[in-house]
Amino acid sequence: MLKIKNLHAGVEGKKILKGVNLEVNPGEIHAIMGPNGSGKSTLASVIAGKEDFEISKGSVVFEGEDLEEVAPEERAHKGIFLSFQYPVEIPGVTVTNFMKTAINESRKARGLEDMPANEMLKRIREKSELLDIDRKFLSRSLNEGFSGGEKKRNEIFQMAMLEPKLAILDETDSGLDIDALRIVANGVNKLRNKDNAVIVITHYQRLLEYIIPDFVHVIHDGKIVKSGTKELALELEEKGYDWIKKEPVA
Amino acid sequence: MAYTEEELKKELETKEYEYGFYTDIESDTFPKGLNEEVIIALSKKKEEPDWMTQWRLEAYRGWKEMIEPEWANIHYKKPDFQDISYYSAPNKKPKYNSLDEVDPELLNTFKRLGISIDEQKKLAGVAVDIVMDSVSVATTFKKTLAEKGIIFCSISEAIQEHPELVKKYIGTVVPPKDNFYAALNSAVFSDGSFCYIPKGVKCPMELSTYFRINQAGTGQFERTLVIADEGSYVSYLEGCTAPSRDENQLHAAVVELIALDDAEIKYSTVQNWFPGDKEGKGGVYNFVTKRGLCERNAKISWTQVETGSAITWKYPSCILKGDNSIGEFYSIAVTNNFQQADTGTKMIHLGKNTRSTIISKGISAGKSQNSYRGLVQVNSRAENARNFSQCDSLLMGNECGAHTFPYIEAKNKTAQIEHEATTSKIGEDQIFYCNQRGIDTEKAIALIVNGFSKEVLNKLPMEFAVEAQKLLEISLEGSVG
Repeated sequence: MLKIKNLHAGVEGKKILKGVNLEVNPGEIHAIMGPNGSGKSTLASVIAGKEDFEISKGSVVFEGEDLEEVAPEERAHKGIFLSFQYPVEIPGVTVTNFMKTAINESRKARGLEDMPANEMLKRIREKSELLDIDRKFLSRSLNEGFSGGEKKRNEIFQMAMLEPKLAILDETDSGLDIDALRIVANGVNKLRNKDNAVIVITHYQRLLEYIIPDFVHVIHDGKIVKSGTKELALELEEKGYDWIKKEPVA
Repeated sequence: MAYTEEELKKELETKEYEYGFYTDIESDTFPKGLNEEVIIALSKKKEEPDWMTQWRLEAYRGWKEMIEPEWANIHYKKPDFQDISYYSAPNKKPKYNSLDEVDPELLNTFKRLGISIDEQKKLAGVAVDIVMDSVSVATTFKKTLAEKGIIFCSISEAIQEHPELVKKYIGTVVPPKDNFYAALNSAVFSDGSFCYIPKGVKCPMELSTYFRINQAGTGQFERTLVIADEGSYVSYLEGCTAPSRDENQLHAAVVELIALDDAEIKYSTVQNWFPGDKEGKGGVYNFVTKRGLCERNAKISWTQVETGSAITWKYPSCILKGDNSIGEFYSIAVTNNFQQADTGTKMIHLGKNTRSTIISKGISAGKSQNSYRGLVQVNSRAENARNFSQCDSLLMGNECGAHTFPYIEAKNKTAQIEHEATTSKIGEDQIFYCNQRGIDTEKAIALIVNGFSKEVLNKLPMEFAVEAQKLLEISLEGSVG
């Protein structure tokens, strides 16, 4: 599904990613861990197509297509979803209206008519129940005045609504208390199937107790320095990131 | 019989007019220039009673002594008032024979606004040779209005048919010498609308929605007078969301609203005149005076969406004369490219327990300048007056400007005045967030702008609001990226 080869990327002349290789197949959950500033969020932004980042070498291929020239909204239409670490506020635009616009824009890109209102309502009802979201919440302005937990839950709600093929969760656990973390993780688990894939970017092992990854990768100084299964996350938690930093880079 | 100096002068002027100017009255358009003869001729052409002619002349004499104001935050070359023709026959020949001859860009905009083919023709100045449904619709509604005693007609017609009402109210809210442009308008106003709602009558429809076609092609110096008698209600819509490619560069309209005891007037405007091209060439100069007077327990609510014109100078105001009266002002002003807008309101609290609300949303893009200018004045006798003002500015890009000039004068200790102002910028982060959800940049801006303007859009009558939303989208097209 996703093939990243020898990816070098940076922002404003500063090199951040220095040769990342990663392959994600349908049905898999990958965790990417690493200390602050190691390039985790940059990797997420580059996959989503944020224009500030420049790819100097290597490639990101999604379902056989090189994404370099693909605009961020087209990547979204193709099924790439990013749950933001810091979701932005859009005053005056309700969660419902935002989702309606997003879904219909994607449908338009595929040559479909707008989603009929009853179908939209049905989907909203289903997904909000799945994530234990109060309907009142949906009429509030997007992220405006939301608590940290509400923002993250809203990101997962959007993911549920948009049904992406590849979801990247960028530090979705940060700022969540244990209950919110459980709800979010439950939601992700319920949405999993054999055709979609998830990349979980996290600092701590905690989230991985709820979302069990098939693979764990450790990123350090712009490179994946260690890959393994879920046990690697535990080992990392125990030994700390210094353990990785001290290891000679392979 | 001895002539006085004055009488002699008058006689000579009249003579000159009779013999020197007379033949020109027969033509469809007056020659350029402005003087008393032109005004007399104009008034005569419109078959106005003498009091009206005198009223115009009085205004003209006042205007001559006035200086064009320069305090607004706008920069432009002052119009040459002697280079304008002050009368054109209303029935101009169609400019085009079929829609195929009309600028395709204009047609495209019409289509996006969802305007019917017949209306498109009318708006673009194409000859319409089929009977339009809307004409019969208009006739039906006129009948309904007449049954309720509502008068809704052109101001010229009102001067003929209802002189007592016009004479009683015209110039009572905006005096002929109120300001430079109002004085000019009073002297030379070409036409406009008149509306009278009798005591206790609730006007059953939004006035002018169904007359939109008939209202298209308004004059350069428009004059509107709306009178809501005691306990009545009316919602009045002015303008049209379709772009008006008017050839007149200068527009100076006057709108007067009179809400008598317990009456309510809701006045909504969408202004979409030609804003000039991307280089800032051309475009309409819009200098408008709009003011409403509230008697006891009356309410006036102004809602405006301003997207057009190269220069906008406009401050719809409320004089809260009666106790417990309410004034509201909801505004969205969009400027793009080289447009300049200096707009806001005045809330004059004279009566006790008067309340006013101001919600202003300014959106600037391109190299435009957008200013809010508002006055809240509480008179010494206005016990317990309250005002709430909120002015929000949204900037797009780095080359535009947003300015806020609030003036507050409180002469009564019991006054409560609140003013809130914010300035924000459409962030790249917001746009990327939308992009990531599959929403392209153009649509993302529309979404953000609509969200920003929501409080005001919600005040518009439903069908108008939908069109206004589309209009905002079109006005800001290409402003980012």
